[in-house]
Amino acid sequence: MRGDSGFPVRVRFAKRGKVRFISHRDVARAFERAFRIEQLPLAFTEGFSPRPKVSFGLALSVGHESDAEYLDVELTEPIDTDALAERLTPALPEGVSATGAVRLIERAPALQESITEVQYRVATLDGRGQPVPDDVLDAAASGALASDTLTVARVRKGKESVDDIRPVLRSIEVDHDGDTPVLELTLLTQPRGARPREVLDALDSIVGVGLAEHRVTRTSQWIERGGARLEPLEADAFAPVLEASAS
Amino acid sequence: MSNLWPRVEPLLARVEKPARYIGMERGSLRPEHRPSSTSWLLVYPDTYEIGLPNQGLQILYEILNERDDSVAERAYAPWVDMTAEMREQGVPFFSVDDHHAAADFDIVAFGLAAELVYTNVLECLDLAGVPIRAEQRRPEHPLVVAGGHCAFNPEPMADFVDAFVIGDGEEAVGEVTEAVGAWKRSGRTAREGVLRELATIPGVYVPSMYEVDYDGPFIAEVRPRFPEVPDRVDKRTVADLAEWPYPKQQLVPLIEVVHDRLNVEVFRGCTRGCRFCQAGMITRPVRERPVDQVRTMVADGLRRSGYDEVALTSLSTADFSGIDGLVAGLVNEQQGCGNVGLSLPSLRVDAFTVGIASEIQKVRRTGLTFAPEGGTWRIRQVINKLITDDDLFAAVEGAYSQGWQRVKLYFLIGVPTEMDEDTLGISHLAREVVKIGRQYTKKASATASVGGFVPKAHTPFQWFGQNGVAELHRKVGLLRDDLRKSGAQLRWHDPAATYAEGIASRGDRRIGRVIERVWRAGGTFQEWSERFVLDRWLDAMAAEGLDPEWYVTRHRTEDEILPWDHIAAGLHRDFLWDDWQEALAAHGLPDCRWTPCYDCGVCTDYALEHVVASAVPPAGGSQGTGQGLGFGREALTSVPVELITR
Repeated sequence: MRGDSGFPVRVRFAKRGKVRFISHRDVARAFERAFRIEQLPLAFTEGFSPRPKVSFGLALSVGHESDAEYLDVELTEPIDTDALAERLTPALPEGVSATGAVRLIERAPALQESITEVQYRVATLDGRGQPVPDDVLDAAASGALASDTLTVARVRKGKESVDDIRPVLRSIEVDHDGDTPVLELTLLTQPRGARPREVLDALDSIVGVGLAEHRVTRTSQWIERGGARLEPLEADAFAPVLEASAS
Repeated sequence: MSNLWPRVEPLLARVEKPARYIGMERGSLRPEHRPSSTSWLLVYPDTYEIGLPNQGLQILYEILNERDDSVAERAYAPWVDMTAEMREQGVPFFSVDDHHAAADFDIVAFGLAAELVYTNVLECLDLAGVPIRAEQRRPEHPLVVAGGHCAFNPEPMADFVDAFVIGDGEEAVGEVTEAVGAWKRSGRTAREGVLRELATIPGVYVPSMYEVDYDGPFIAEVRPRFPEVPDRVDKRTVADLAEWPYPKQQLVPLIEVVHDRLNVEVFRGCTRGCRFCQAGMITRPVRERPVDQVRTMVADGLRRSGYDEVALTSLSTADFSGIDGLVAGLVNEQQGCGNVGLSLPSLRVDAFTVGIASEIQKVRRTGLTFAPEGGTWRIRQVINKLITDDDLFAAVEGAYSQGWQRVKLYFLIGVPTEMDEDTLGISHLAREVVKIGRQYTKKASATASVGGFVPKAHTPFQWFGQNGVAELHRKVGLLRDDLRKSGAQLRWHDPAATYAEGIASRGDRRIGRVIERVWRAGGTFQEWSERFVLDRWLDAMAAEGLDPEWYVTRHRTEDEILPWDHIAAGLHRDFLWDDWQEALAAHGLPDCRWTPCYDCGVCTDYALEHVVASAVPPAGGSQGTGQGLGFGREALTSVPVELITR
């Protein structure tokens, strides 16, 4: 998809507050409008209905907030990437804010395939709508990590299946957001990721309190490559040319 | 005002499309409510996706927020899943801008663009905790106002609405604001005082200031209750659109909505004189926006919104003076950030239109829509949609030959004097269109969309008895049989919904009780086919002792007092009656923009003039305007319209 003489850019953004109720697709459309408002030199696809060359990372569920979402966009001319985040934020819906941008190397792997790990902060409620105390969360977390398998029932393409999500559950920690106990989940995306809601279902099979999502924030996403764990803005950033970095 | 967001937020995880309820569109405002300002809640009583793009609401939103003495927020009818949650949790109807309770506003104003939303108005008021019937409201309750095209027959909603604004709202909302502001300053005493005050504002109709006497099923008299209340309420008309370049900051929604693009109104009003078209009759005269202002509004709007598509809106955009120059200019002006698409809704049926369309759709030519409305030349003279078969064939030939593959044709069925040969003219045209298309591409397809005709107030057809459900079904059946294996598709609107629309469109005050019963039986979102059940309407009519056939399928006589006769769109009643007689004789009437005035009454009575930049018909000639077509004046016999005398 990347052209030979293009200027590929990766943007990191946050999605917080009321705007968390718009979909992944709505965010994509908002970015396309923001690019036009800022008159960025967008590259377009060929064909009957040319679209800007923009690709997004893993979808975020409607209702979830995020500190670390990413998109790649192909431009036709160089721009000052350091100033890009500040230009984009006012052109985006309130609550969506660009927090960084880098020029990418040519033919960087797509975000969708690159991201290997995501982290969530999950505030929970029990079946009566009350906050779940620390000791219950601790028991759920240690129980889950001690299990060999954690099965969840899924419906995929109209078919029901029972999947084991234990392999993608890298860690669970109990932390606090102010006074509220929260779960910090670290989940692998391969071979098939799990949603926070599915993890809670699995945890609830251990503690049985009716564990439900109250507020979910994706706090970070990572690319693991050659043993290193890289933040997506770092992973495929265009390296400054030799002369510039030699000094 | 209390902010309801903390109580709304928990509900959103449990409803579909939660973004309907969050506001935050680019261009939206969170106005500061001061005690001295009159607060308006502008409500479009349908889903967010349908209501958000409504230009009338957006225009008033800006005008009211620009004034020093008023503020405005917006609301849309919550979908049924959300209303269930709201009722369960006791969360009242709220604004999307700042999540304020509707009942905290001074004025709750509804835009009425279609009759089948009436029950949603009741649902919104009830959810707001405001008594649905005007007579039950106390001084602390908001004033309930309504406007929009449906306000031209306000009577079915007279029980529920305190005051209607008839016609263009740009100026009238200011006068209403001042009257309500004065009432607030005087301590907000009895509602009757402010209602009497409102009733003296030109264009404002306060139903409770009028008594209606009946003579059996007929209206005997409509009497003002006080000397200062006018016998007749005339519509408001903005004389010069150039003074109202609104919306200046069109709202850009976060979720997909209908007409999701920049919309720039290029003119208001239409004098083509299509006799079925209420919009064309009640919005006269034609007022064009200066072409330079259109260009500026397009350029500013695109820059501000980030949209990549703009629509030039009006009732017939190809009639705009200098449309070809405007289109060429817009197409050639690159916005620096990819191509901008241009769409022209409401196009005429002629070769010129196809020329414009090919200018703007250089790349993607999939579908093109025309609205011949009638299947035969005779019936098109009856309805005054003066396009010949040859106009249509030239237009579709132009379309297919230039790369379009799908043509969609809109038709009305159940119009006055319609005989089966007229109905079958629709399938004949559709088959011919497919035949023309197949000369150019094997993929050629045509769709005929037919809708049952509902006569509307202030049109020459206001006296016509609508076709009943069975008759419309029969006509749809004729077309379905005739179009089998023809290559043309047929789509049709549910005749049952057409019937209910007939009850609400030409109803009188007694229909208010029917609307209330339909709402109490759960009949909200009646324009959504999955929510519509005709029996709710028929049961409600029966319970009120009203005969639906009397309201829907009965022809009215010249001397009958119509429920909306005390509301004036400026059209002389005898002009409309004469035009009705001309229709029955299948005589067309040319567009008055470019021919001598035939005195419909609007310009002469209101001292208005057409604002048209060009003194000659638009490029492409007089097609569709009826000029030079040499109408046959012989009277037709055997037309199936009987005028019943009582």
